[in-house]
Amino acid sequence: MKRSETHPGGIQGATKDAHPSVSGAVGKRLHSPDNAWGLNRRRFLVASVLTAISAPSLLCAGFEDLHWRFLTLDEARMLAVLCDVILPPDQDPGAAAAGVVQFIDRKLAGYHRGSQALYRRGLAALASSSQQLFQKPLVDLAAHERVALVARWEKNELPPEAWKAVGSGEFFSRFVDHVMQGYFGGPRHGGNRDAVSWRMLGLPQPPVRSRRPESPRRNQP
Amino acid sequence: MSSSHVNAVVIGSGAGGGIVAKQLAQAGLSVVLLERGRWHSPSEERKDDLHNQRTFVLGPAYGPDVPKNPRALVNAQGVEEVVYADSWSYQNNAACVGGGTVSYGAMAWRFMEQDFRMKSLYGVPEGSTLDDWPITSAELEPFYDQAEYELGVAGDVSGDPFKAPRRRPLPMPPLPDDRETQIMKPAAQRLGWHPFYIPMLRNTVAYNGRPPCMRCRWCCGFACECDAKTGTHNTVIPQALATGLCELRTGCIVREIQLDTRGRGRGVEYFDGKNRRQLQTADLIVVAGGAIESARLLLNSKSRLFPTGLGNRFDWVGRNLQGHAYNGGLGLFEEETYDDLGPGGQIAVCDFNHGNPGLAGGGMLATEFIRLPYQFLNWRPADVPRWGPAFKSFVRQYFRRSIVVIGPSQEIPRFESRVEVDPKVRDFWGIPVARLSGVDHPHNLKLSQLATDKAELWLKEAGATRILRRQKTANSLSAGQHQAGTCRMGNDPKTSVVNKQGQLHDVPNVFVADASLHVTNGGFNPVLTIMALAYHVSAGITRNWKGGGLR
Repeated sequence: MKRSETHPGGIQGATKDAHPSVSGAVGKRLHSPDNAWGLNRRRFLVASVLTAISAPSLLCAGFEDLHWRFLTLDEARMLAVLCDVILPPDQDPGAAAAGVVQFIDRKLAGYHRGSQALYRRGLAALASSSQQLFQKPLVDLAAHERVALVARWEKNELPPEAWKAVGSGEFFSRFVDHVMQGYFGGPRHGGNRDAVSWRMLGLPQPPVRSRRPESPRRNQP
Repeated sequence: MSSSHVNAVVIGSGAGGGIVAKQLAQAGLSVVLLERGRWHSPSEERKDDLHNQRTFVLGPAYGPDVPKNPRALVNAQGVEEVVYADSWSYQNNAACVGGGTVSYGAMAWRFMEQDFRMKSLYGVPEGSTLDDWPITSAELEPFYDQAEYELGVAGDVSGDPFKAPRRRPLPMPPLPDDRETQIMKPAAQRLGWHPFYIPMLRNTVAYNGRPPCMRCRWCCGFACECDAKTGTHNTVIPQALATGLCELRTGCIVREIQLDTRGRGRGVEYFDGKNRRQLQTADLIVVAGGAIESARLLLNSKSRLFPTGLGNRFDWVGRNLQGHAYNGGLGLFEEETYDDLGPGGQIAVCDFNHGNPGLAGGGMLATEFIRLPYQFLNWRPADVPRWGPAFKSFVRQYFRRSIVVIGPSQEIPRFESRVEVDPKVRDFWGIPVARLSGVDHPHNLKLSQLATDKAELWLKEAGATRILRRQKTANSLSAGQHQAGTCRMGNDPKTSVVNKQGQLHDVPNVFVADASLHVTNGGFNPVLTIMALAYHVSAGITRNWKGGGLR
């Protein structure tokens, strides 16, 4: 099927990363839509409530133990804060808990490597903007300040001095698209941990019908 | 890999090339089938919603290789940019054994009678090259039938009063109704329209030794894991290979077609899987690389006789590039509409393909293929923010409560919408790349309005509480997966590239057998028409073959 309008994203020319093996989430048993989160519901509920109201230290729990392929630890922490503004935790996990920062890092070292300079310069510009506007590092911003920063970023209303070497609008647009890919795309790329967004939408797991133990492969309505 | 002389070299193993290879090999010709892509076996296929042929933010899974195959695009303002196959502006189809038929949605339409007679019916809109085909619907009917039965098409078109006459029904029934069909079919009937089950190149019962569809949500854009979806890769190409007369060479990109001293096709020069230059000579050559790549190849095949490209004496090679704009809408519902039963796209109406007051042509409207979560995000209403809690809530609320109606609007062809070869940009092998340019004929945008209006009506009747219109208003090139028109069939060599048999007017042993042939492109997915034409072109070749050459 063909669409009639330009699709966002689409990075030029980079050779795609070797695909990692399918995440363990894909192998879990079918859950009924009434209990779409399955076994991880309680863990996510707790994490969601905490992350909604508290410091990024919980958003980034364990980040210092992870192997980051491109991002620095500081950049990863900033991205955790930012992506949780784009897709915040509510009754379902937010982007950081879903592993979106890990997705972005993996893709910046892989298929989206053409965006490396954009992220490096853009995050530096955001750090600088945060200091100028709120006199605080980005990761220390209060919830309403984080939203305000992102809203201004989207509208290209951040202090221009920091943004001379990098396009605010271009970075925002690409970042939002990467968050969406990392949250709603398949878990194999490092995001959508435990298929959290697919469970949120009530999609049966495993995601491919023929791989569910109770389903015959043929013509199953 | 032998390079000894063969009877036929076929370039491209998609919908057209695969069929030609089989027809010629079964008629006793020795055939080399060259394909620049590779095999995709069902068992190795990943269901990757970010890396497939419908969503390619991480590259198109079924080709071409992104960095090695750039193109150039000239936009409506005349600015040229280099584009790659992971962006929409590249106008990609696919590049692999089976071509687009490995990963398509598989709608298998016959064009209507009127689609072959657009000029006789509607006249020639100013600034267009609208014309009749040199072949009629009735002449193509036996080849449509051959494609439907040999490859296997399922559906039920008995409810479509607008279709061209056909000798017998489809060989396989449609799948049982999904939830969207249960809602949308009665709604269309209440409007006085004529909904029916879309014909699909997909097994709904065991056919040709392959199983029926398992109704997963990973169809359109993906290879079929259970091999129920039908393409040339799992039907005619294995049959061609089984004759022992056809050799398939993958990873081979053709650089040019060469002529002998008498001005007849002599063979093709290509780069093999190890990027070595090879020459394959043949008695006849069939070009089936798709409308963009076939035109590119002819234009790159320059000689003293044809200084601007093979068969291009009157500057019609690469012209009249067409595709389809897709227009329609998304309806939001209070009730659940999602039942996780693929492939979706079950029903259509052809009430608006022709006879629309004051308009030339139109297009079919159908329910859409099932949407994966990341694909659903494309349908955000303008008043829902692009991010934040309201956006997340919208997706959560409406992913299972939405239906899309959409369809291809038939384009009015323009001479200026075209494929050229770029003077500067080259691909990995040093071959000048395709350079695309062109904009819509103004009439196309009127058809976009019509289709969107009808889609809105349909969704409203079905009970949608809110409708998002998806109407093409921008003036831009359309080619993509439905690319067509660049080596037009015709009786007059001054206004066409090939004759009624798909034979280059100027070079009797070079043929074209893909959608480049299409004079116009109907208001339908073009693949079954490509297949019927491939059977038709092959029939002409085998009828005139006298072992070593054509009569």
